[in-house]
Amino acid sequence: MAEMNVLEAVREAMREEMLRDERVFVLGEDVGVRGGVFLATDGFVDQFGTERVIDTPIAESSIAGMALGAAMHGMRPIAEIQFADFIWPVFNQIVGEAARARYGSNGKLSVPLVLRAPEGGGVRGALYHSQSAEAYFCHAPGLKVVTPATPYDAKGLLKSAIRDDDPVIFLEHKRTYRLVRGEVPDSEYTLPIGKADVKRAGDDVSVFTYGLMVHHCLEAAQTLEGEGINAEIVDLRTLRPLDTEAVLESAMKTGKALVVHEDNKVGGIGGEVAAIIAEDAFEYLDAPVRRLAGPEVPAMPFSPPLEALYMLNSDKIADAIRSLAAY
Amino acid sequence: MIIELPQVGESVTEGTIVQWLKQVGDSVERYDPLVEVLTDKVSMEVPSPVTGVITEILAMEGETLPMGAPIASIQTADASNTDSDSVAPNDSSYTNQPVAPSDTTPIVPDAQHSVSRIGVLLKDVAPVGPTGAGNVVVPAPDDAPAPQSKGAGSRRRRRYSPAVQRLADEHRIDLQQVEGTGINGRVTRKDVLAFIESQADAAVQAPAMPSPATPISDMPAASVPATSPQESADEERLPLSPVRRVIAANMKRSVSEIPSAWSITEVDVSGLARRRDALKDEFMRREGINLTYLHFVIKAVAESLRENPLLNSSWGDDAIILKRRINIGIAVAAPDGLVVPVLRDADTLSVAGIAVRASELTARARQGGLTIEDMQSGTFTLNNTGALGSVASQPIINYPQGNHPQAAILTTEAVVKRAVVIEDAIAIRAMMNVCLTFDHRIMDGAEASAFTNAVKRRLEAITDDTGIY
Repeated sequence: MAEMNVLEAVREAMREEMLRDERVFVLGEDVGVRGGVFLATDGFVDQFGTERVIDTPIAESSIAGMALGAAMHGMRPIAEIQFADFIWPVFNQIVGEAARARYGSNGKLSVPLVLRAPEGGGVRGALYHSQSAEAYFCHAPGLKVVTPATPYDAKGLLKSAIRDDDPVIFLEHKRTYRLVRGEVPDSEYTLPIGKADVKRAGDDVSVFTYGLMVHHCLEAAQTLEGEGINAEIVDLRTLRPLDTEAVLESAMKTGKALVVHEDNKVGGIGGEVAAIIAEDAFEYLDAPVRRLAGPEVPAMPFSPPLEALYMLNSDKIADAIRSLAAY
Repeated sequence: MIIELPQVGESVTEGTIVQWLKQVGDSVERYDPLVEVLTDKVSMEVPSPVTGVITEILAMEGETLPMGAPIASIQTADASNTDSDSVAPNDSSYTNQPVAPSDTTPIVPDAQHSVSRIGVLLKDVAPVGPTGAGNVVVPAPDDAPAPQSKGAGSRRRRRYSPAVQRLADEHRIDLQQVEGTGINGRVTRKDVLAFIESQADAAVQAPAMPSPATPISDMPAASVPATSPQESADEERLPLSPVRRVIAANMKRSVSEIPSAWSITEVDVSGLARRRDALKDEFMRREGINLTYLHFVIKAVAESLRENPLLNSSWGDDAIILKRRINIGIAVAAPDGLVVPVLRDADTLSVAGIAVRASELTARARQGGLTIEDMQSGTFTLNNTGALGSVASQPIINYPQGNHPQAAILTTEAVVKRAVVIEDAIAIRAMMNVCLTFDHRIMDGAEASAFTNAVKRRLEAITDDTGIY
């Protein structure tokens, strides 16, 4: 079994799918000759040629528009938005059109595109290289939103996203790219979209999280184990559709739920998870559902101390779990 | 300031907290209803004596406390704020702890972490610029504590989470028995689970019979072990309403303390029946009230009590306390349970006056609108069990909590037409039994019979000429 980081897992997923299915191609800014700004498509242009690895102008709306048109004509485009911070121009094509095409055409059209974007902070990226984009897309029926945390999940979920007949927003936390390493099977596998994964079982507090925060939560859980607090860490993995069953199962088991995400709290995924629990696990709750999330400021500060203040870490998470466990 | 259970009426010594109408943290205006309190079977809303914010609730719902006991604490606006629980603003400052930059940090997993599919987050690797390619060092911040959730530190007493309530219901647990280990002693789900487990263990170890030294009747209800779900599969437990609890306590106190005796007396009420039939339509027209047998009986009882003062007394352990006033309690079936409003100075009223007062009291009793004064100072109790169809009953002497017991209680039974022998002839007469339970410490059968015979004599003396005004 190979050991790799998240970036390598993403690269291998795309390479395998391009080898498997001729309809799969990549497009985006600098994905060709440069191999991607993070080197996600490193070597692809040599392996697959410029017709399947397309460098585009710096115009995200056209990247999304081209992907949308190609997908409607039966291709399986993987469009890369260099940073999720620049994803906003795709809104009309993705939310306005791609998400509604199947419904609006009474099933005649489908849009099997994947929109990949690195997101998240903690990398000294400041205002324009640190944002979290998931909440905006999660609101749109017709879209799937995937946020992997580990190399194994990233590869298996990206392959499923490419094979999916409907549009998938695939948000990779850029801090996990090189910092998270893990085992990935040598053999072919995919992972189902819409399934959460219990990364650590526990019976005191359920922690629902995704992306980079999965790792901080696991660290916090490790610390708390020494204090006799047994936290269950549920990696949501897919934010739309949310794995309601897994959320309820864990919340009912522990009676205490904390949602952790780097994205700011208001209108974030935490609210949705909390609402699901409140609606269907109320009688099992032993404490208020709590959210630990990024602060309500417009963007990531550049100053290192302020960035550290903005970002969640395992200590902040451990405090929140501790407080809920004591409730 | 500390709020005390107020003195709400003479001779009321204690009250039961039925329901808090405000919770900790709520603002209250002076005179806002604060808490519902039950005394002598009347519940009333106690108003807040001050304007402020409730900082603590000291008396739990269901708790019975003496008058004057502290029940809550209210922070008034003008009081100093020194004992506030508020969390000071978090003043976390960062110290820069530069990490020496290395040239090219090799990206390898931490040796002590085993690598799995979950992956590991590499430590001490300074990222990295927007693309992760650079080598910028991030100073490590001080540990910033997570922001405190509002209310996390606020006091909560005996408020149960849905999980705790559901478990308590399923396993039939009295939560008052469970020790809380949560914040401020809150009972957590895990506390209940541990309690269930300990109960199961105890059930296995303990003998099935209670020890003979402890009569079952003396065991407080709360200490009776929760029955296991298997045992109670075909039973249903009705939780006690506060009124039910008070009735139960009063009945038990009366039966266990008073050596009572009982008698039944037949009364020929043919004259009364005729007189009542003759008057009732006119009375309804004039007074808007249904004139009943009971109103005549109250009059007869009041006069007979005057004649037999021992029946209008109380056992005072070292003395018999004779009551100068004749205040007759009338048992009424109210929606929540039996209540006994008191018709005061019944001996001073005419039958018509009794009818007006009694019908007003019973109407309010049925609507739950009685006041504490309505329930107090009774000296004798009358229960018209005949209205329920009974022809003989054995009443229990009224012994309200915090008071001396009354000396006796009388019931009037159903009026039934029967064949009776009068001077060697058989006649059809309207007959009614009256039943008396009396405190045998206070009197003997002679005095008791003198009283019931006096009642009988008066009721049988009613003729077509008897006035009611």
